[in-house]
Amino acid sequence: MRFLRRHAAVYVGAVIALVTLSPLILLATDAQAAGWGEIHRVLFRSRSAMLLRHTVVLAVLVAVLSAAVGVAAAWATERTRLPLRWLWTVLLVLPLAMPDFVVGWAWHLIDPRINPLGGATLVMVLGTYPLVYLPVAAALRRSDPVLEDTAHGLGVGRLATFWRVSLPQLTPALFGGTVLVVLTVISEYGAFEILRYPTFTTEVFTEFQFEPEAAGALSMPLVLLGLLVLGADGLLSRRDGGMATGVRRPPEPPRWRPAAVPAMLALLGLAGLGVGVPVGTLVYWIRQSRATTLPPVATLGQATWSTLEYSAGGALLAVVLATPVALMTLRRHTRTRDVLERSTFVTQAVPGVVIALSLVYFATRFAYSVYQTSTLLVVAYALLFFPLALVCVRASCAQAPPELADVGVSLGRHPVTVFFRVTVPLIAPGLVAGFCLVFLTAITELTATLVLAPIGVETLATQFWAYQSEVANGAAAPYALVIVAMAVLPGTLLGLWFDRESRTPRRPKPVSA
Amino acid sequence: MTRRTAVTHRRVTTLGMSVLAAVLVGSLAACGGSAKGSTATGSGSSLRGQTIVLYSAQHPQTTDAMVAAFEQQTGIHVRIDANDEDVLTAQLEKEGSRSPADVFYTENSNWLQQLADRGMLAKVDSGTLAQVPKADSAADGDWVGVSARISAMIYNPKKISEAQLPKSIMDMADPRYKGKIEIAPAETDFWPIVASVDRAKGSAATLAWLKGLRANAGSNDNVPDNETLTSDVSQGITDFAVINHYYYYRLKAVVSGGTGNAKLAYFAPHDPGFVKAISGAAVLKSSKHQAAAQELLNFMTSKSGQEVLEAGESFEYPVKPGIPANPALPPISSYEPNAFSPADLGTGLQAKDLLQRAGLI
Repeated sequence: MRFLRRHAAVYVGAVIALVTLSPLILLATDAQAAGWGEIHRVLFRSRSAMLLRHTVVLAVLVAVLSAAVGVAAAWATERTRLPLRWLWTVLLVLPLAMPDFVVGWAWHLIDPRINPLGGATLVMVLGTYPLVYLPVAAALRRSDPVLEDTAHGLGVGRLATFWRVSLPQLTPALFGGTVLVVLTVISEYGAFEILRYPTFTTEVFTEFQFEPEAAGALSMPLVLLGLLVLGADGLLSRRDGGMATGVRRPPEPPRWRPAAVPAMLALLGLAGLGVGVPVGTLVYWIRQSRATTLPPVATLGQATWSTLEYSAGGALLAVVLATPVALMTLRRHTRTRDVLERSTFVTQAVPGVVIALSLVYFATRFAYSVYQTSTLLVVAYALLFFPLALVCVRASCAQAPPELADVGVSLGRHPVTVFFRVTVPLIAPGLVAGFCLVFLTAITELTATLVLAPIGVETLATQFWAYQSEVANGAAAPYALVIVAMAVLPGTLLGLWFDRESRTPRRPKPVSA
Repeated sequence: MTRRTAVTHRRVTTLGMSVLAAVLVGSLAACGGSAKGSTATGSGSSLRGQTIVLYSAQHPQTTDAMVAAFEQQTGIHVRIDANDEDVLTAQLEKEGSRSPADVFYTENSNWLQQLADRGMLAKVDSGTLAQVPKADSAADGDWVGVSARISAMIYNPKKISEAQLPKSIMDMADPRYKGKIEIAPAETDFWPIVASVDRAKGSAATLAWLKGLRANAGSNDNVPDNETLTSDVSQGITDFAVINHYYYYRLKAVVSGGTGNAKLAYFAPHDPGFVKAISGAAVLKSSKHQAAAQELLNFMTSKSGQEVLEAGESFEYPVKPGIPANPALPPISSYEPNAFSPADLGTGLQAKDLLQRAGLI
């Protein structure tokens, strides 16, 4: 009994990890059911080579550019004396609230002849650089500028200081962010479909439509690619960046000066391209003719409501699942616990359509009553975005001293009571941030929603997609605009949370430790 | 049709209920069970108030008007699940005998034939089959033809003159059209055309032709659907493309003052690219509302059902003799397509195989 209780956290974590990994197991079963002959036929042909090349080339391009933009933006907000820093932080985080398929659509409308690779690169860089910006900015805040000052004092130039002093400290954060960028690129569907840049994910989606068995086979390279990226991340992030800890020199107060103008213009331009241009295009098309021979169907209100419902459900479930896993590694680091926690990130490497397919497979065989119900969609969101929830909850957990919970228990409170009265309030900001992040990501999700939305229900994303597929641009635009409007609020909250979170000083380490 | 045109209508559920969708499925099943006893033969009155589920891959422009007229005439409610025909076919195969679908309505007949070959379709009432020409339905009565569509070229006269257009679809693969065409291989409307070329020229020539098309289309060899082809030609992004005739007429109906810059042209008479394809419907064997489902098929092929095609914005041709097409269209008798029937199209698997071997899908 005692043994059980001591390891309860691990068991709960293991079960949740297993649940988040179940899509991959199902996928393997599904692919196996298709038979090796089918797998071989679909996978080993020249088209696959082309798709692989497309996917890798784009992933590398976007990773490099996003990393550069993200680091530059982080440097601007954290190491310069830019006024209105909170505003820039929010503006830089906001592209997360822009669905890539809407941004891709907007650029396609602006220039229908846009080069597929160029367009795809542009859209993905604009959409993913915040994934680098956030961790790098956080790392910059944690690291002590004194090191850089010292290098300066010793006569090292600005650029050299950056390369030799700052960058090594940022490596783990930069690498982690870039991994997320790569994973996002390989799992994107909508933007590439519109911009006519076929990748493995667009192919899986097309294949799913007329040959579901083949889709399972085609998903395997994607999963492998994702695992490869995650594996590389695991190997590299073990190298500690040697972050300076302890007391930091306080950041210098912001100041208005002419030198800040170019930096502010650059940041404004970035936000303009990523948010302003797409929103402007949407507004333009709403004002254009809405004529279409398509009958008007799911109204904006209905679609908004179902979107809200499913996204909130998925966000709630993801946060609830993430909390025990985050707490598990908080108390003690063992190999088992770390591996368990790490394994849950695997779903991040798998495109939404793959998760959706595995759930369809599961439901049609083992749980027909939930097939084509909203339950399945909510579960899909929770599984897909579990890692996002985990990241946020874990960040807060790291700041909640576990000793406080111990004190509660030693004072005779039941551990459950302690959990709700001590732990939850302490990690509440992380729970809210996790909810916001999953919520806004779910609102802007397209592929899993297309596959799993219940009969007779349209979400904003599916209705937008239906109209844009019929080239009914004026009719599609309002749905996209509502998606953006809905995602902006949690996006802004997230930006402000981040601005606050990384500024509050970390809990000092106990001296004796 | 497009990749996933998930426009779904006529929801019987209220939004609040969607949370309890599991409950909904249960109640539908119960509803199906209770209706079972009353389904005798197609007498209208006993079916009134029943609800059937229609999996529709047809354009909502067609389906909506058809279903509205049917509901009004029979009092049978129809719940529509709209999606692409390949998706719905895959879905039906996954669902098997537990499928909630009663009727399946597709844009092209090969998907119905695929289900028929797997024994998933019930025989269509002979009275319904008798309402349309025999050649437009399945030979063994597994599905019935509802409307016809004609393949055509849409071109932009500012970029290419009618005289410069190919006379045969085979010439589209000629290097002189390099960079002048776009193709939509994943568009299921393209498959009957591939099947027709295959039947006329054999698979080796068809494969070479597809590879030629791919080379000519360049990076535009993966346009998602015919709607996009139509829009691209009218915007002058490309010179011409192969579509079905109604996309052009719908564009004309939407764009006030004509079709922008687009015009329609046909291949030479009896060319393998000049194809009449059939859109049809069938009753699922697993349907628990056989009588009501047969009633819908009966209506779609009846005079009132076929007249819906004449009046609305569907722009497809009625198959029932004596029903005129939409007045904006030339009479169907004016076309000279090649002799290609739904029987020649079969399940379309040969076309899919060729497209895959050409690396297009």
